[in-house]
Amino acid sequence: MSQPPAGSANPLPLKDRMKIPRQSMPEQPAQERIFNFFEVNRGYSEELARQEARRCLECAKPTCMDNCPVGVKVREFVQSIVAGDFRGAAAIIRQDNVLPAITGRVCPQEDHCEAACKLHKKGESLGIGYLERFVADYEQRMGIRHVPTAAATGRKVAIVGSGPAGLSAAGDLVQKGHRVCVFEALHELGGVLVYGIPEFRLPKQIIREQLDYMRAMGVEFETDVVVGRTVTIDELIEEEGYDAVFIATGAGSPLFLGIPGEHLNGVYSANEFLTRINLMHAWQFPAYDQPMVDLHGKDLAVIGGGNTALDAIRSALRLGARKAYVLYRRSEAEMPARAEEVKHARQEGIEFHMLTGPLEFLPDEKGWLGAARCVRMALGEPDASGRRRPQPIAGSEFDVPLSVAVIAVGTSANPVIQSTTPGLDTDNRGYIAADPATQRTSRRGVFAGGDIVTGSATVILAMGAGRRAAKSIHEYLCAGSW
Amino acid sequence: MFLILEAKSIAPGIRRFVIQAPRIARKQQPGQFVILRLYEHGERIPLTIESSDSAKGTISIVVQSVGKTTRLLNSLQAGDTILDVVGPLGKPSEIKNFGTVVVIGGGVGAAMAFPTAAALKRVGNTVISIIGARSREFVILERELSAVSDALTVTTDDGSYGEPGLVTGKLRQLLDQGTHIDLVLAVGPIPMMKAVADLTRAQRIPTIVSLNPIMIDGTGMCGGCRVLVGGKSRFACVDGPEFDAHQVDFDVLLQRNSIYRGQERESLAEFEHDPEAQIELVRTGSAEACVLAGGRS
Ligand SMILES: Cc1cc2nc3c(=O)[nH]c(=O)nc-3n(C[C@H](O)[C@H](O)[C@H](O)COP(=O)(O)OP(=O)(O)OC[C@H]3O[C@@H](n4cnc5c(N)ncnc54)[C@H](O)[C@@H]3O)c2cc1C
Ligand SMILES: Cc1cc2nc3c(=O)[nH]c(=O)nc-3n(C[C@H](O)[C@H](O)[C@H](O)COP(=O)(O)OP(=O)(O)OC[C@H]3O[C@@H](n4cnc5c(N)ncnc54)[C@H](O)[C@@H]3O)c2cc1C
Ligand code: SF4
Ligand code: SF4
Ligand code: FES
Repeated sequence: MSQPPAGSANPLPLKDRMKIPRQSMPEQPAQERIFNFFEVNRGYSEELARQEARRCLECAKPTCMDNCPVGVKVREFVQSIVAGDFRGAAAIIRQDNVLPAITGRVCPQEDHCEAACKLHKKGESLGIGYLERFVADYEQRMGIRHVPTAAATGRKVAIVGSGPAGLSAAGDLVQKGHRVCVFEALHELGGVLVYGIPEFRLPKQIIREQLDYMRAMGVEFETDVVVGRTVTIDELIEEEGYDAVFIATGAGSPLFLGIPGEHLNGVYSANEFLTRINLMHAWQFPAYDQPMVDLHGKDLAVIGGGNTALDAIRSALRLGARKAYVLYRRSEAEMPARAEEVKHARQEGIEFHMLTGPLEFLPDEKGWLGAARCVRMALGEPDASGRRRPQPIAGSEFDVPLSVAVIAVGTSANPVIQSTTPGLDTDNRGYIAADPATQRTSRRGVFAGGDIVTGSATVILAMGAGRRAAKSIHEYLCAGSW
Repeated sequence: MFLILEAKSIAPGIRRFVIQAPRIARKQQPGQFVILRLYEHGERIPLTIESSDSAKGTISIVVQSVGKTTRLLNSLQAGDTILDVVGPLGKPSEIKNFGTVVVIGGGVGAAMAFPTAAALKRVGNTVISIIGARSREFVILERELSAVSDALTVTTDDGSYGEPGLVTGKLRQLLDQGTHIDLVLAVGPIPMMKAVADLTRAQRIPTIVSLNPIMIDGTGMCGGCRVLVGGKSRFACVDGPEFDAHQVDFDVLLQRNSIYRGQERESLAEFEHDPEAQIELVRTGSAEACVLAGGRS
């Protein structure tokens, strides 16, 4: 049992593999990184990667793979790393995942592949995300990448939205020989990857490289097109000759709390706050023209407990905030953010106030935000999401002095496409209704996937939906019947 | 990359541009706007589409210089390009036969109100237009508006042309004379729109204003353009920009539009320090960006 599996590149007996500790990720020290936007994680060296890869038990039933939403062949690629064949490892990942440099960085691995890793039960799971990232970065550094080509089918597919769902569908479809054009409302491609997730977690250069690769494969891109306004789905099909359309427009529209004072200057949605910083480079003002409020020496809070909330507050810290709080109405166990982000945020000195909910934003003497009136919460019975419902504790109100508050309590469906596409069914929350297996909508030739179908989820789930859509679009185009 | 075909000064600090944008030209309806970004380092600003020609694939905008971006834009000439233009955005104006409509345009608001006034006239309304300006040389679109109006009054603050005083003075006069009015449309500076709303509220004359909050994406994604209407938060870029004037909280809008005053001054000072260098950056910066963006046509 303890012997390595036959033919394994790893000579270590299994029990010795289990003695190797999980290799930690080299990080930029917290005290340095709070002054810059450079990436926090620096990536494994070749040596660290091979050492980490040697921990893998090469399970006969690799549960890690079953728990990856796109089925990355974890065991196989990890063995290629052990053997020192990093490019081979990249090729294995790419069969299932077109954006490994991105997922390796932002997947909530503790909920997916790593949660199901056999090593998890015995101690610490394999650093699958770190290894995936290592392999993708290695391949990028070496600069040699095979660009697949396919015979042209003469069919045209329009993809609406350039987030992870749209990009992964585009990558798969172009490899089948279809002409693919991605339409994007904003001036930059990448969706949440560019306007939401900050540079210190996902450098924009990585997305740019990915897009260059897709262009080399033949994917066309048109920015500044708001489908539904600039051109409708029906016009794409009837007038521009697209044979199929994949809608991947994301969840998009920010929710507010609906409490008094939300219009005060200094109260932002996380989308606006992060868009100003990431997409519009407001942190480089005045070299870039888009302004944002000066955060130096200011006290600031984010309301919410997801990745968005942590991205906003950690950005604020880097822009000079004096105190940076997370106010979350449930307890830490319920926080949806990636575990690594919570850890990094704590290292950076972000203060977490759990079981705290805002009731009202109060103005200062100039009429700007001055404080948030909050109330303490207790957890009651589980709600529809299965998490225990927070209940305000009467008489526990208190004020937190603040200059800026960022609201990160989720998003809702942006209705632009739904309201301009007759016959496109939506669910009761306004998200597009699509078959979970085929991503087909109620309209012939129209598919949808990612956050616009599920509500806000994750990068890898959106990519999984993109892949399923690509597969069923291809089948539809080949069969010609719906 | 969007080509400027024509650029012409129509008043001090106000220019009219004709821009090649076939997709937008085909879809534009009165009341809608575009968001543009001049160059890689530029901000995104909204501008109303003054008219469009779907056959030629062009749209026109009328731009008043107020801060850095509009000053930069107004320094561009025919043959120059704008990196990004996206639209048409916002809900179109409601166009139907209301009866008698008073269209009020203050300053550059005259150009913003023009396409709606023309459409209202086409469907049979009696259109009474009032346009206001600081003084004679700032009066814009008088000829175009008068061609679609049954009556047109120009007011100037200094009395150098038309009737002396404010647009609201003329409106009050119409109301005092007992003119039957079914709808008022007011587009212009926030204090002007607020004053119009106050005048018509008492007589319950339905009044529409086109709001101008600070925007970024213009697609409903950021929530920065939220305005308080009837006590509820609405996104002006998707729910508007036109709203029932009697429901709008103009004070909140005025306050929110002042958020970046300090930074706006800094930007403008930097522009004024060396306008030529900034204009050059737009010209070269957009060429480089075209390559980066993959040579979009
Ligand atoms: C700040 C933040 C941090 C996050 N962190 C993580 C993380 O660490 N890990 C993780 O797994 N997930 C994370 N998520 C969630 C993840 O980013 C999303 O689930 C994922 O991006 C959804 O992908 P998508 O392709 O469905 O949509 P999006 O990424 O939202 O992309 C949709 C694109 O469509 C465009 N679009 C919208 N409407 C139109 C239209 N009418 N016409 C043309 N284009 C249109 C949008 O501009 C956008 O570019 C985070 C989200 C946010 C906001
Ligand atoms: C729907 C809509 C339609 C508009 N149509 C026209 C038009 O047809 N012609 C015209 O001349 N102007 C129009 N405006 C106003 C125009 O957008 C602003 O004058 C311009 O953004 C100012 O930018 P700046 O850099 O030159 O000035 P800045 O110095 O940056 O700002 C001056 C003032 O303009 C406003 N402003 C600043 N940034 C923005 C922004 N991103 N979005 C909106 N307002 C901003 C603020 O109130 C600010 O105090 C419109 C605004 C809206 C919302
Ligand atoms: S794509 Fe995400 S879930 Fe799948 S193996 Fe990679 S890191 Fe794990
Ligand atoms: S479950 Fe863990 S140990 Fe087993 S093959 Fe997958 S990564 Fe390796
Ligand atoms: S401008 Fe961003 S939501 Fe309106």
